[in-house]
Amino acid sequence: MAGAVQLRLHGSQRGAYAARTESPLVRRILIGTALMFLVLVLVLPLVLIFSTAFSRGIGVYLSSFTDPDALSAIRLTLLTAAVAVPLNTLFGVCAAWAIAKFEFRGKNILITLIDLPFAVSPVIAGLIFVILFGSWGFFGEWLAAYNIKIIFAKPGIIIATVFITFPFVARELIPLMQAQGSEEEQSAIVLGAGAWQTFRRVTLPNIKWGLLYGVILCNARAMGEFGAVSVVSGHIRGLTCTMPLHLEILYNEYNFAAAFAIASLLTFLALVTLVLKSIIEWRSARQTAFENPES
Amino acid sequence: MDLKGRRRRVLPGFGITMGFTLTYLSLMVLIPLAGLFIMSSRLSWTDFFSRAVLDPRVLAAYRLSFGAAFIAATINALFGFVVAWVLVRYRFRGKRIVDALVDLPFALPTAVSGITLTTLYASTGWVGGLLAPLGIPVAYTPAGIVVALILIGLPFAVRTVQPALEDMDVELEEAATSLGAGRLQVLSRVILPAILPSILSGFTLAFARGIGEFGSVYFIAGNMPMKTEIAPLLIIIKLEQYDSLGAAAIGVVMLVVSFSMIFIINMLQFWSRRYQ
Repeated sequence: MAGAVQLRLHGSQRGAYAARTESPLVRRILIGTALMFLVLVLVLPLVLIFSTAFSRGIGVYLSSFTDPDALSAIRLTLLTAAVAVPLNTLFGVCAAWAIAKFEFRGKNILITLIDLPFAVSPVIAGLIFVILFGSWGFFGEWLAAYNIKIIFAKPGIIIATVFITFPFVARELIPLMQAQGSEEEQSAIVLGAGAWQTFRRVTLPNIKWGLLYGVILCNARAMGEFGAVSVVSGHIRGLTCTMPLHLEILYNEYNFAAAFAIASLLTFLALVTLVLKSIIEWRSARQTAFENPES
Repeated sequence: MDLKGRRRRVLPGFGITMGFTLTYLSLMVLIPLAGLFIMSSRLSWTDFFSRAVLDPRVLAAYRLSFGAAFIAATINALFGFVVAWVLVRYRFRGKRIVDALVDLPFALPTAVSGITLTTLYASTGWVGGLLAPLGIPVAYTPAGIVVALILIGLPFAVRTVQPALEDMDVELEEAATSLGAGRLQVLSRVILPAILPSILSGFTLAFARGIGEFGSVYFIAGNMPMKTEIAPLLIIIKLEQYDSLGAAAIGVVMLVVSFSMIFIINMLQFWSRRYQ
């Protein structure tokens, strides 16, 4: 199931000229309805986040980040993303190479299996790792004997995040590389290029925008995951709290200004992700137009 | 000459990439998910049903999770269609920003949307304050859960319909118009049938995401047993009570529902491809 909204690399604008067929009044009502809906659902929350974050002045806002617990939450969030994103990027590139460049039986099943984590509720994602590594879980006794802590500790948070962000890069790359085919790579190999050289010089330039988008989306989700991480973390302040968990603690203590200060940082990250996505879509559309000027 | 066989040998790296893909997939996803099913198989069938299906508190949670997700997905299918239509067919100022903003719920951490919507729709909030005098409480009621799920599902509803509208042949509409069809007739007889599979897959995606959603709902729901307690939260509560088997049983029921959703979506996509 598509948990990821895929990059629309070749969005056509063909429909834009059919506008004449509705009367201006109907057109205005429809645009108005759409905008009202989006303001209510998306814009109002955005305004609220930043206005609440700064409601008690810039001093309180900044001190929300210098608090030792907040700093530890930021560090853990960065660590989690630093493990999950490269691992899932490596996986995404490998999976897309195997699936897009070769023919084999069961390909569709493999693609469906890669998408599975999107269909799993974040809470269940946490639950499965508690069942594996928790004190009463399958490996619980063995881990206890070697004094390894996974659940209610940092490794659990990282593993749960890797699961949640598992399909992001693969999902962007598989359709992109399938559409591009493998003729260019075959020519490179036939002309004597090595495998790594072919990937770096031929494949990578073709997929770089999709890859970049997959990576930033994976990163945004890794840093913002709440449900799965919440189940395995144990909420130990200053130790096993990521930024979203730290935000929850602050909110439950009615420390709204600080909670929304953390929220504003995460929101800023989300907005940067959206801007990058727009730039990438625009660049790739231009690249496509440049390569196929007649289409 | 067996071209296919030759082509397979030309490109390098199948063994290593496929090997890594399968190993990593098994270790990270398949084995952990299998663990859940193995754990719940320790329960007898009657035990499983009494814990995960027939328990009144669990039943109330399913009804709430599925009901709220259904209502939210319906609202999203409707407004998502209008938003997609406006973005594809019309030109207006700020369109590119609006288009980019549609993906916001996808990039925004769910805990952030949770505390924001709660603050917004509480009786002291900007929107809640307007609705409370009318006797419509939103935060800490099932309505609040629907509001959170509308936010979460919006990108799915818009982004599945948008490409289908973009790819539609304008000639079909022009033909219908020239044959004397009114605008509403064109909409109901030409446009809607062609994009119905897309609307339905958007609906199913939003619904599937909604039944599993936790972060955004957790804050606005109020989490009162039997009233505003969603199924994922019940799993956490069972875990906290050291009822691991109960948690695993509810997890299995929800996973089976999610996997059926995948099946339905794959069927819908097959249908829409055949339609073209």
